[in-house]
Amino acid sequence: MKYVLMYTNRPDLDAAVPEERRAEVYQAIYGWFEKHGAVMTSRGAELQGPETATSVKSAPNGGAPVVVDGPFSEAKENVGGFSIIDVPDLDAAIAIVKEWPSFQLPGVAVEIRPIVDHGEM
Amino acid sequence: MNHQEDAALARIVRREAGLIVAQLQRRLGNFDIAEEAVQEGIVIALRTWRRDGVPANPGGWLSLTARRRAIDLLRKRAREVPSADEWDAEPEVAAEPEQTGGDERLPMLFGCCHPALSVEARLALTLRAVVGMTTQQIASAFLVPEPTMAQRLVRAKRKITTAGIPFTIPAAADLAPRLDDVLTVIYLSYNAGYLEPSASGRALSDDAIWLAELVARAMPDQAEAWGVLALLTFLSSRTKSRFDDQGRLVLLEDQDRTRWDGVAISRADGYLTTAAALGHPGRFQLQAAIAGCHATAASWDETDWLQILTLYDLLLRWDSSPVIQLNHAIALSHLRGPEPALAEVDQIADRLSGYHLLHATRAQLLTAVGDHAAARVANERALALTHNTAEQQLLRSRLL
Repeated sequence: MKYVLMYTNRPDLDAAVPEERRAEVYQAIYGWFEKHGAVMTSRGAELQGPETATSVKSAPNGGAPVVVDGPFSEAKENVGGFSIIDVPDLDAAIAIVKEWPSFQLPGVAVEIRPIVDHGEM
Repeated sequence: MNHQEDAALARIVRREAGLIVAQLQRRLGNFDIAEEAVQEGIVIALRTWRRDGVPANPGGWLSLTARRRAIDLLRKRAREVPSADEWDAEPEVAAEPEQTGGDERLPMLFGCCHPALSVEARLALTLRAVVGMTTQQIASAFLVPEPTMAQRLVRAKRKITTAGIPFTIPAAADLAPRLDDVLTVIYLSYNAGYLEPSASGRALSDDAIWLAELVARAMPDQAEAWGVLALLTFLSSRTKSRFDDQGRLVLLEDQDRTRWDGVAISRADGYLTTAAALGHPGRFQLQAAIAGCHATAASWDETDWLQILTLYDLLLRWDSSPVIQLNHAIALSHLRGPEPALAEVDQIADRLSGYHLLHATRAQLLTAVGDHAAARVANERALALTHNTAEQQLLRSRLL
């Protein structure tokens, strides 16, 4: 089964993490991608911060879509990146995600979402 | 149809249903259809057996009925018509359980109790797929309208399929926490039933003990599985004295101990010994040991509170939840009086403000220290928070 892994963090908590610590974790992340490279359908992408986001939203009265500054969600969590993995089942996905090095930092979460498989319909 | 006969039918269904779901699921590779087919089979079986009596081979009967329902369900899904026809052509004999080594219901139980499902969903799914309760029975046991429960089950099954939740016994590294999830569901099922004087409440507790025994026998090297079985068996030894003839709740302190089930108590003792011999203590074994202290005390006055308090101290190392702290405070009150206990209860009051037993306990302690006005307020708060009629009656009697 294919799953998207969405790596989220809390920018408000990240500020307290010392730069060296962040660099260590970053290094470990390279190792993690290497270790699990075989199941990565796509390494996905690391995203620029939420302050760089622009959203285009449908207009309330059915008019032309509106361009606004910032992410569309007001949540404290920020999606910092994503990857796609192909593994036998949810337990296999969970086992890989549990090793995600960023869990050493506060406020980190990874959302596991199955991908709709149109081929199976 | 009386409750006794219904209970007997439910026991027959329970023995067979989970095995048939597991077999069909393996066969079809589709839990949703397997489970739905068996559920429909159970509803048909209960209706037919009530009318005509139980057939000689109820397992075979249920298995065949479920198989036919599965074929119908498969046909409804256009894409799967060829495989359904092919399957239908096979001789119609009741499938014998395959020798796969170990109970086939166990992997399914781990799937139904997966942490990716909500606790409510885990309870409902386990009772339906593994125990073979009908949606109607589960809904009435949890005091939820049937359509709500049906909806909860549909969502849970959809998540199992779309999220790829596997039906496997977890690998050694994950086994302990995952088994704890399974045992928690069993414990919660017991709790949902044991304060209900009704037949459906008792049936739920009975099913929980049956499940606990199934897990312990299938995983005999897991100490906590024996711990849950010991705990629930100790608790069940008091079933007959927990309510009086009018269905009113009787507290442990006032129960007629000659009515306790001595056979159940010695069986529970044996389970706890089996658990202890494995050398892996845990929260369920400690709770069983505490229940055992009560079960073996000759009278309320002879209760070994020092032993119980020591066990609660140990238990808090595994499970520091405020509910355990509340019970610790109650044990403390019997050893050192109401004042230190009240101080402990007040420390957790914020976290348990919505829990009726916190307020009921505070009321008892406040009464003991002579603060009757505050005790009354606490009792009223407790009364407003419980939906259990037996508990409501008891609390009302304290407000008279």
